Amino acid sequence: MKMTMMGNYAASWGAQLSRVQVIAAYPITPQTLIVEKLSEIVADGELDAEFIKVESEHSAMSGCIGASAAGARAYTATSAQGLALMHEMLHWAALARLPIVLTNVNRAMAPGWSIWADQNDSLSQRDTGLMHIFASSSQDILDSTVLAYKIGEQVLLPTLISFDAFFLSHTMEVVDMPPIEDVDKFLPPYNPEYKLDVNDPRSFGALTSEEHYYEFRYKMQEAMDQAINIIKKEGKEFEKLTGRYYDLIHPYRCEDADLILVTSGTIAETTNVAVDELREEGKKVGNLKIRIIRPYPKQDILNVIKNCKKIAVIDRNISCGYHGIFAQELKSALYNETNIPVWGYLAGIGGRDVKIENIKEIADDTLKSDKPEDLIWKGVKL
Amino acid sequence: MAIKFRTDGKEVKITGEKDMPPMAASLGLMTWNKTGSWRNLRPVIDYDKCIDCFICWKFCPEPAIIIVDERPVIDYDYCKGCMLCAEECPKDAIITEVEGK
Ligand code: SF4
Ligand code: SF4
Repeated sequence: MKMTMMGNYAASWGAQLSRVQVIAAYPITPQTLIVEKLSEIVADGELDAEFIKVESEHSAMSGCIGASAAGARAYTATSAQGLALMHEMLHWAALARLPIVLTNVNRAMAPGWSIWADQNDSLSQRDTGLMHIFASSSQDILDSTVLAYKIGEQVLLPTLISFDAFFLSHTMEVVDMPPIEDVDKFLPPYNPEYKLDVNDPRSFGALTSEEHYYEFRYKMQEAMDQAINIIKKEGKEFEKLTGRYYDLIHPYRCEDADLILVTSGTIAETTNVAVDELREEGKKVGNLKIRIIRPYPKQDILNVIKNCKKIAVIDRNISCGYHGIFAQELKSALYNETNIPVWGYLAGIGGRDVKIENIKEIADDTLKSDKPEDLIWKGVKL
Repeated sequence: MAIKFRTDGKEVKITGEKDMPPMAASLGLMTWNKTGSWRNLRPVIDYDKCIDCFICWKFCPEPAIIIVDERPVIDYDYCKGCMLCAEECPKDAIITEVEGK
């Protein structure tokens, strides 16, 4: 059934379609609508779940951890400072191998209280051990929620689904809601081998020594590596069900491109339009949307970029003291593998709009330049 | 090596790290881990002074105080000797001894 909805509600309905059993959440703009809608859905009896109102995001993730450890499907959503407050428990969820799904509406970190789109909040959680999706449409948000449980429950890793504040969270788009009977067939109930169970008591998350800890990390990395194939396999299963395919990366007109732009989130969708216009001007430009950054799709990226001459990464984030994070990750993937030069652009930090003409300028500048640069501040007023 | 750890009666075969859970979860109950061996100080109840208020039972963090025939009894298999019970006893009925004397 096709409906128009805000990105936030696509997240709520994605959780409902996944039949989440426990939601522990705390409100924060621009995420609040997600859990507000879920609280209504639960109160109206449309979803058999416990809705736990907690006093902080740290407790929200802690509640999800307890629920997931007991074998329940758990969900929460947050933004910016809220995600930062969860940080300790994100490590906990990942190391305890609990397939919780957490939606983060990408919002600029404070102070300088811009509540607008910026990826620094979720990228600051890059090394916590969560799989990390950047959704770029409301449809992607809804579908990714279902897929995240299906994949996460196989590899026992939590998933962070991020999407841009307001450009997606509060924008109405047409979304196709799959019937819940179809989703039920795709996503069976969660039944983990290791869980807190009064009939089979065990300790969970207790003291271990270096005798075991090193191997926990090894197994986590192994799970991330396995996730790459499982993401593709489940993407194909999901396509049979809905006609929509989701992969780790989504290249657009990259086959014969001289220049490939590397993008994520809503900027990626705008870039597809810019690419069409650039092609009409006779410029061979493509767009490589990175949908998943953990596990990092290194081989997929290498396959797409192998024949291009130049790469320009557009980052709506910065690791101050170095440069854009997607650019860093991409360059580390290319090192030892190719000699294709990479230009690193920043754009849209703090929610500044990135328009089609800005992206075309980035493409034109890169096509003209013969000296790659790590950090180019597109549109900075200094 | 097959280890019968689990209370549900299932046997878990452990040949190395690869058979261990991928997270810090035990294979079953941890009651075999007698944490009483960690104790430096030993609480001893003087039953002549004790009024059976069970405040010690309430405060013991282990819990290593059990109730037997309506009286508090310290389970030395698990008592770690934190002496919270002695601190909280309103009748000073719990005496502190040095362990291993
Ligand atoms: S607190 Fe003291 S008086 Fe009360 S039951 Fe324990 S030992 Fe006895
Ligand atoms: S010393 Fe501590 S652990 Fe032992 S019985 Fe008293 S309160 Fe419990």
